[in-house]
Amino acid sequence: MIRSLRQRPWSDSLLALACTGAALLLAGIFFFLLWDLVRPGIGGLSWQFVSTLPAAAGRDGGIAPVIVSTLLILGVCLALSVPVALGTAIFLAQQQRGLPWAAWTRRSLDLLAAVPSVVFGLFGAVVFCELLGLGYSIAAGGLTLACMVLPFMIRAAEDGLRAVPREYHLAANALGLSQYRLLGAVILPAAAPALLAALVLAIARALAETAALLFTSGYVLRMPSSLFDSGRTLSVHIYDLAMNVNGGERNAYRSALVLLVLLLLINTATHTLSRCLSGKARI
Amino acid sequence: MHANPVADPAARFTGSNATGHSCAQSVPAADAAPALTLRDVTVAYHDRVVLRDVSLQLAVGRVTALLGPSGCGKSSLLQCCNRLSDLIDGCRVQGNIRVFGEDILAAACDLRRLRKRVGMIFQKANPFPLSIRRNIELPLIEHGVRDAQQRDHIMEKVLRDVGLWQEVRDRLQAPAQSLSGGQQQRLCIARALALAPDILLMDEPCSALDPIAGGRIEELIGELRGRYSIVLVTHNLFQARRVADDVALLWPMPDGSRLLEFAPRETIFSAPQHELTGLYLRGAMG
Ligand SMILES: Nc1ncnc2c1ncn2[C@@H]1O[C@H](COP(=O)(O)OP(=O)(O)OP(=O)(O)O)[C@@H](O)[C@H]1O
Ligand SMILES: [Mg+2]
Repeated sequence: MIRSLRQRPWSDSLLALACTGAALLLAGIFFFLLWDLVRPGIGGLSWQFVSTLPAAAGRDGGIAPVIVSTLLILGVCLALSVPVALGTAIFLAQQQRGLPWAAWTRRSLDLLAAVPSVVFGLFGAVVFCELLGLGYSIAAGGLTLACMVLPFMIRAAEDGLRAVPREYHLAANALGLSQYRLLGAVILPAAAPALLAALVLAIARALAETAALLFTSGYVLRMPSSLFDSGRTLSVHIYDLAMNVNGGERNAYRSALVLLVLLLLINTATHTLSRCLSGKARI
Repeated sequence: MHANPVADPAARFTGSNATGHSCAQSVPAADAAPALTLRDVTVAYHDRVVLRDVSLQLAVGRVTALLGPSGCGKSSLLQCCNRLSDLIDGCRVQGNIRVFGEDILAAACDLRRLRKRVGMIFQKANPFPLSIRRNIELPLIEHGVRDAQQRDHIMEKVLRDVGLWQEVRDRLQAPAQSLSGGQQQRLCIARALALAPDILLMDEPCSALDPIAGGRIEELIGELRGRYSIVLVTHNLFQARRVADDVALLWPMPDGSRLLEFAPRETIFSAPQHELTGLYLRGAMG
């Protein structure tokens, strides 16, 4: 009925088509990947698979120790990286143009973000495993992952903090609010969705990592009894089953599916948290 | 922050009251102790002087309109009066500014206390992205009002003062951003009033609003007269004429803007001392 109003020049239509096409292509790739995992993996995927010990080098049995190691390594990684990243991001975001070494920090972070994860693995093997004497352990793996995701996390968090309008700074200062209160009561709540998004991306990176962990947390398949035991993550497990274990494909696919579900869970949880936080911020 | 060597007596604009004498003649209500005294205030950004030797005395309880062409440094002048200039990269302030006799450019000045005494309203309403209630609570908590009941009491009072109480009493938990532009600006005024300031600096508080919402703010300024000393930056000469008791006109000069004239409203509109003032106030220039 209002079609005539909606007539657009052909270049606009072309652009719209190209963008929609790109989006569809991406969605297509994702669903193809999902299908590729689900088809061979879904059969035999059960509670038992995630809750029992592996047998025959992972060919048979479940992946309970792998899931535990994954969560422990992720926990160590986040316990170190989140506070350090938040502190550094706050520091960097507060600098207007500022100190020369803020610029240097930023530049080195950008460089570090581009360093391949194998290099972080070697670094972790030397520093955490040998110098700190942690050996092949979940602690060493988590610390190495923390170093790996830190640059990325810091820059994403800094961008999130900088996106908070400057008016709030001026308003807060004009009211005599302390920097502490400005940060805690205004800036952090306003930036919370962006910070959580950065967190989710960092977690996804950490969960996907294999190379850095092979040198640091090792690939022992036993149930870890402490942070100083070696343990393998889901990604390492998938890699190992696919490359080194004859007949390991079925369980590799199942593990990949579990990894995907884990990511989905973390993603949903963070989104919910983000919604709650910004909802609460408004109250 | 006061290290910028800017004085160049030879280049001084002879018609200005840079030396303070022509100002002294026109200080309104000279018998009352001044709320705000500026003496030879010079402001520079990265060594570019934007304001030179501005001297003013604002009497208690009066509304002073600060006029001048765009970019002549009106906002910069306001920002010196609550030291918001400290936050601005490269901004340097020289001279002497006193709030009820207290030197606020001194290093020992307590900024928190200063900003409690000297409130500021910005051109664009800037409530925090929090609830209406929280917007007013936050500064109260910061300034030590521990008792929640007392905070509620103050909140109701200031929201009534700005004529917002009836409109928001049932939705104090709603986000401040859900208010209209005019309501947001009134909320910002209420937030400033909650701290019981002595002086209110208002930087074009109506210019982002439609005439009705702007008119509402203007009325409000009229109501606040007497209880607060108000500096009102505006480009609206009619507004200045309607609400101001005194009018100050800044004028850009090649080496930084000067205070061209400062006088009670009736005087400056009917018998300006400078030709430029007359032209500007008749809307023929600027
Ligand atoms: N942060 C800053 N850094 C450098 N120069 C600035 C800065 N802020 C303002 N200036 C300069 O100072 C001069 C005065 O600016 P100011 O904002 O005080 O003018 P104004 O009178 O408030 O103008 P308007 O009526 O348009 O709001 C302008 O020439 C501007 O370019
Ligand atoms: Mg301005």
